Amino acid sequence: MESVIERIQRGNFWQFHGGIHPPEQKFLTCTKPIASAQIPEQLIIPIRQHIGQAGDLIVKVGDKVLKGQELSASDTPMSLPIHAPTSGTITAIKSMAIPHPSGLSETCVILTPDGEDTWKQRHICPDFQLLSKAKILEKIANAGISGMGGAGFPTQVKVSTLAKIDYLIINAAECEPYITADDLLIQEHSPTILDGIKIVDHLLNPKNILIGIEDNKTKAIDALKKATADIDHIQVCVIPTKYPSGGEKQLIQILTGQEVPSGVLPSSLGIVMQNVATCFAIADAVINDTPLIKRVVTVSGQALEKPQNVWALIGTPVGFLTSQCGYNNSKNRHLIMGGPMMGFSLPHDQIPVIKSTNCILAPSEIEIASPFSSTSSKEVECIRCGQCADVCPAQLLPQELQWSAKAKDQPQLSKLNLFDCIECGACAYVCPSQIPLVHYYRVAKAEIRQQKLLDIKAEKAKVRFEARKQRLEREKIARAEKHKKAAEARKARMNAGTTAAKSEKSAVADALARVKAKKAQASINANTTDSSTESTAENAMAKNTAENTAEAVTQVDQIDESKSQVANAIARAKAKKLAQKNQAQIDSLDTLQDNESTSSLTSSQAAPVVIDKKAKIAAAIAKAKAKKRQAEPVSNSANTQADHIQASVIEANNVEATTEILKPEVHAKETAIDEKAHQAKDITSSGKINNSAEASENKQQSKPQPASQNDTLNLDRKAKIAAAVAKAKAKKLAEKSQQGSDATSSTIESNQASELTSQANIAANTVANKKARVAAAIAKAKAKKLAASSDKSSTSE
Amino acid sequence: MSTLIAILVVGVIATLFGALLGFASVQFKVIGDPLAEQLDALLPQTQCGQCGYPGCKPYAEAVANGEAINKCAPGGEDTIKKIADLMGVEVQPLDGNHETDNSPKVAFIIEEDCIGCTKCIQACPVDAIIGTTKQMHTIIADECTGCDLCVAPCPVDCIEMIPVATTTQNWQWDLNSIPVTQID
Repeated sequence: MESVIERIQRGNFWQFHGGIHPPEQKFLTCTKPIASAQIPEQLIIPIRQHIGQAGDLIVKVGDKVLKGQELSASDTPMSLPIHAPTSGTITAIKSMAIPHPSGLSETCVILTPDGEDTWKQRHICPDFQLLSKAKILEKIANAGISGMGGAGFPTQVKVSTLAKIDYLIINAAECEPYITADDLLIQEHSPTILDGIKIVDHLLNPKNILIGIEDNKTKAIDALKKATADIDHIQVCVIPTKYPSGGEKQLIQILTGQEVPSGVLPSSLGIVMQNVATCFAIADAVINDTPLIKRVVTVSGQALEKPQNVWALIGTPVGFLTSQCGYNNSKNRHLIMGGPMMGFSLPHDQIPVIKSTNCILAPSEIEIASPFSSTSSKEVECIRCGQCADVCPAQLLPQELQWSAKAKDQPQLSKLNLFDCIECGACAYVCPSQIPLVHYYRVAKAEIRQQKLLDIKAEKAKVRFEARKQRLEREKIARAEKHKKAAEARKARMNAGTTAAKSEKSAVADALARVKAKKAQASINANTTDSSTESTAENAMAKNTAENTAEAVTQVDQIDESKSQVANAIARAKAKKLAQKNQAQIDSLDTLQDNESTSSLTSSQAAPVVIDKKAKIAAAIAKAKAKKRQAEPVSNSANTQADHIQASVIEANNVEATTEILKPEVHAKETAIDEKAHQAKDITSSGKINNSAEASENKQQSKPQPASQNDTLNLDRKAKIAAAVAKAKAKKLAEKSQQGSDATSSTIESNQASELTSQANIAANTVANKKARVAAAIAKAKAKKLAASSDKSSTSE
Repeated sequence: MSTLIAILVVGVIATLFGALLGFASVQFKVIGDPLAEQLDALLPQTQCGQCGYPGCKPYAEAVANGEAINKCAPGGEDTIKKIADLMGVEVQPLDGNHETDNSPKVAFIIEEDCIGCTKCIQACPVDAIIGTTKQMHTIIADECTGCDLCVAPCPVDCIEMIPVATTTQNWQWDLNSIPVTQID
């Protein structure tokens, strides 16, 4: 059997299945020389122009850059740097539409050229043989070279393969209609391309180098043959023109007769393929130290006056190129990037040229109808003619694929090897029903890829969920273990027989007894009539006396009571101190102090926890401060009166107190007289309360009740008192609002009144003191807020 | 005589196969419910609890035991269809109590508002929130399933559900906007 090379030398090639012969249209541009690069007003350089990740930007807005300067740095082989195509200033780094069928945006560097085109420092190296392989690879990577045939795979990865290479294939087939970029590049720059081939040869050391070129490029074939005449192991293979012979797998089959299996890289067969334009870029990068900043782009189509190939800087907007080539179709702009078979329509003409852009097509409406125009072809039903299967170069069943794609039957699509479809468009080209088959496949491919990503994500979520469940389980067990250990340790300690153990034991016993006592209290629930009001001090004292005289209470209860008494005393002392401090600063009367302390006492009683007391004391301080401020605008006597009232009321009245503070500040002068009158009234009423409280105190001291009863009584009473006082206040407020001279003040007051009545309702309805406590806390918070706002307003004043 | 031999032969064969089956049932015993496993594989694993079960696996087990198949809101119609195929039952529309919007979302913590209460961390079914007491929390976007469970416990409402942005990586071809090009 003859070898591959012998067959090639005889010009006897293999064939791939199917293929089509679309009208070439290459004559539009193939005879004209490549126009020189022109610098547009603005360059849009996407930071990712290849398959893989973007590099990290190393420039910022406002930087001046030189031609060829790196704009981003890469650290992994799959990320490539980008370079400044000309000298100028970075004017923006923002999201701009990139050349992608979706028309979506990605980060781009906007470069405004200065027109001088100043190069950065370059190190020209005429003989690449002097460089080590690693150095050459580094140069290729730093030049940001990716495959320029269309896919955009990083070249450095491709040429650094460790596999043993039999064939290096240079792809010059350029089978897409219209495109002549590679053709012209070979015609004009075959020596440089040959240098590039030699560099890759040096890197990969293949047995044979095959240059695949279609027979419709006679001038390019001549140029290549001339350039490679004296090199033995380079064969120029002139293959028959057929679309899509430029596809990687197809060209490999034509030249070597080997089929690349599904999902396998050609390098595993000992084959590496490079595009001619990539070879040119490699030579430029290694020898001239020129990064990939410009490329040949075919600007073609019948809508142009002078279609031609141009050297375009990377980042040149498509509109700039088409206007250079005489595009004057202002409406119905239909531009295609890439060839007519595999390209995609652009949403507008400000899309930049990137490293893999080989063609810009501006067809007339007769040539290729715009998808948005009425003349575009309409899809009809499949007639099962089977022509698509005849032309498919991948030997797939396009018709079957189409049905499965429409039904979204992903397992079936995978079975039909959808992912071997190269999206060449041959099936859609021959379809008599004008079904856009490739687009169905693209949709299906994207969906399957997305599904795979979702599956991976779901699997990850599942693992994490399970791990979390296990962690929680572990923690639970660990906690139980810890508690068990602690309990055991405690037991051991208690049984040790030391004094400490005894005290601990008694503490536990106390706690148990307390719980029992509480239960007993709840069951007794005294049915006594609410005789009078109480203050904390009285309460505590009553309890104390009760404990001393009546024997009904256990020792435990006594401890409890004394403890709460201590707490109360501390709170009282604190409140007093604070009040004294406040008093020292203002010259108000003794009554203030007294009232302060009583109010703080009542508050400290309302909630049993020390923390709560602290909060209350804080509220009291705030109140005192507010009062201080009040003292300034209002006359001295009024002040004392106000203090009287404010301090004498319990918890819920904090709101009221602060509104009274607020009010004089806002309408101090207008309402001063009015207020005085009301406050006088208030005094009388509060005086009554105080009097009755004292009376009750006396009563209780003289006739002590059992403490257990007393306690529940206290709770009930407190709630009731709160309700009663709140109600009274609400009434007063209502009266005030009736008399009130100012409209705004009356509304505030009425609001307060409604609040208070609601509070009163709450207080009245709740027998359990918990709710009352909550209400008290709310009222307290409100009072604080009001105080704070008055604080603010006063400072602003 | 011949009948006796026949009976004997059949009897011996029956005993042999019976023993074989008995051995196989012990040796190749399947632990766990294979149907629940298969169902679990179809579910989106967002662990959102919208179905009323504390995670995807419990729901899969429930479906295997006769629960309605239309309660997975994040999975939507596709998942219902797949479950129906697997179970051999009719496809039902998604339960009306659930949100129909199952577009992919990811949680985002407005970090300047976070008070570091760790409530969202406890709520997250996939441990995708980093943070500790009184320290700012943040979400590992790659691990977030968009289940929405962290939003409710936040006392300062600093968690938002943001739709996943369409990029060139996850963009889906839209047939309507694809140009149909034909040259002649």
